[in-house]
Amino acid sequence: MSLFTGGYQARQDRRRYLERGLSIIATFGILYWLGINFHKSPSQFFQASLIGLSNGVLYALIALGYTLVYGIIELINFAHGDLFMLSAVFSANFIAIWFHKEKSGPAAWGVFLMCLVAVMTFAATINVGIERFAYRRLRRAPKLAPLITAVGVSFVLQFIGLRWNGSGPKTWNTVLPAGGFHISGVNIEYTTIISFAVTAPLLLLMSWIVTRTRQGKAMRATAQDQDAARLMGINVNRTISFTFALGGALAGAAGILFQQTRGLTSYNLGFQLGLIAFTSAVMGGIGNLQGAVLGALLIGLIQGLNDGLPIGLGQQWSQTVVFSILILLMAFRPTGLLGKPVTEKV
Amino acid sequence: MSALLEVKDLKVAYGSILAVKDVSLTVNEGEIVTLIGSNGAGKSTTLRTISGLLKPKGGTITFQGQRIDGKEGHEIVAMGLCQSPEGRRIFPRMSVRENLDLGAFLRNDKEAIEADRERVLDLFPRLRERYEQKGGTMSGGEQQMLAVARAMMGAPKLLLLDEPSMGLAPVLVDMIFETIIKIREQGITILLIEQNAAAALDVADRAYVLESGRIKMSGNASDLAKDDAVTKAYLGG
Ligand SMILES: Nc1ncnc2c1ncn2[C@@H]1O[C@H](COP(=O)(O)OP(=O)(O)OP(=O)(O)O)[C@@H](O)[C@H]1O
Ligand SMILES: [Mg+2]
Repeated sequence: MSLFTGGYQARQDRRRYLERGLSIIATFGILYWLGINFHKSPSQFFQASLIGLSNGVLYALIALGYTLVYGIIELINFAHGDLFMLSAVFSANFIAIWFHKEKSGPAAWGVFLMCLVAVMTFAATINVGIERFAYRRLRRAPKLAPLITAVGVSFVLQFIGLRWNGSGPKTWNTVLPAGGFHISGVNIEYTTIISFAVTAPLLLLMSWIVTRTRQGKAMRATAQDQDAARLMGINVNRTISFTFALGGALAGAAGILFQQTRGLTSYNLGFQLGLIAFTSAVMGGIGNLQGAVLGALLIGLIQGLNDGLPIGLGQQWSQTVVFSILILLMAFRPTGLLGKPVTEKV
Repeated sequence: MSALLEVKDLKVAYGSILAVKDVSLTVNEGEIVTLIGSNGAGKSTTLRTISGLLKPKGGTITFQGQRIDGKEGHEIVAMGLCQSPEGRRIFPRMSVRENLDLGAFLRNDKEAIEADRERVLDLFPRLRERYEQKGGTMSGGEQQMLAVARAMMGAPKLLLLDEPSMGLAPVLVDMIFETIIKIREQGITILLIEQNAAAALDVADRAYVLESGRIKMSGNASDLAKDDAVTKAYLGG
């Protein structure tokens, strides 16, 4: 008996040493890499970080939609990335075609703000509709049924995007001010500042809704136990609809920001960015709101540094680096950065 | 005395299997009524259906003269019908305070809510000691107290209690039954399910005996406690 436990104990210890050793080596490796890059060109270092973070906020807006929905009904909403894609296409049409704004200027900025409200409403409505007509009836079905349905909805949205936007990528003239300014060699684009300025209040608003309002209390209760929430007098269907509306609105905001900062739309955007955003949510601990934002900023940063530093693997390795880090992290922390051992939800 | 709750010919199924085949019962205002029966008899199913968590296959449920079968759970709570469910079902990642807040989710009367909060914390002093502790980290007995306290925070007219003494130490079981009497003294009508049939018949005014989804007997609790068949089947004698 003692022999077995002794052997087991020794194996455990060896494993723990190995894990700790590996993570120390990895950490030092990364720090060394960052260090020499920073030493070589501080301005390029900050430039790369800034670009990375400005992508990161976009991922965060999308990642929250995955994590909100997972938190409340434990569904990975595969269609969420495509909702973001439709929002980008909607924004392009709204600003450039319906309102004929293709140049920067005060009137065009007004249209931008109108479009922000419109696209958030648009995406929230579609997301609520999807839940109402596709997922709700499957709420008590085995987990696989809504999952497959979500894949189906994803194809439907992509098809709509394909018909609306065409089969190839489209470029657009945008209305946000181009250019930027320099601070000690780091070029700061106006669009970066606008991305932060739009995202930060939205994130704060959302966190206020979830933690401070009655509706947020209903969301947290529903996430923990639907039947118990019903016994408290909570309208569970409406609470779930509200959650989809929140996630949709954030995807809408991501759509307009992406379209106006990149000047690009394509029917398969949802797959590319959706995957990265979903990865962010998983990295942060799916179901955890702060985790999704943290994961998104980290992934943005990792990509930015990898693509932009003088000594790095370069852009073609971007995805590989992100997923390698995700796989490593999952091996050591299966619940993600901020996930608790018991699945932490909303 | 008027009927507060009236269940008639209730049938409830899980998929194609009927769990409740024929249940009719009445709870009058101010009463404690108990529903006893062996495991799997359909007691919890009956309560879940009354609270609107399950939709009946047949029969009617009337509360305060209004049909409530077919209403949503939250509408039924809004009418003043609260339940402390089987297995406690407290919110594990919320504190005692937040759980109690949720019990009062539909209420706006701030002062009355605070008064009720004091009242339930006086009833269960242990909860006051654990006020900021997360529900999921409390002991089974403490969670059970929280479940009952939370249901009382809804200021119910009718309180459904599904095995409130489950998992409690003998002293605490006695305390729960004393509490049930105190709750009634505060003007709340109670429909009680208990494994501990002897204690349930002791506090209750009337009782129903449920067997494989059907009401087999009913009557005054004290009469049923003396009945031979009941004694044999449920009182271990
Ligand atoms: N979710 C469910 N799906 C399928 N069958 C169920 C479900 N819940 C309960 N049942 C079945 O319905 C019948 C009645 O169950 P119920 O929980 O109402 O019994 P009970 O009288 O409360 O028993 P206990 O004293 O053990 O709590 C049982 O045969 C049970 O197996
Ligand atoms: Mg039961």
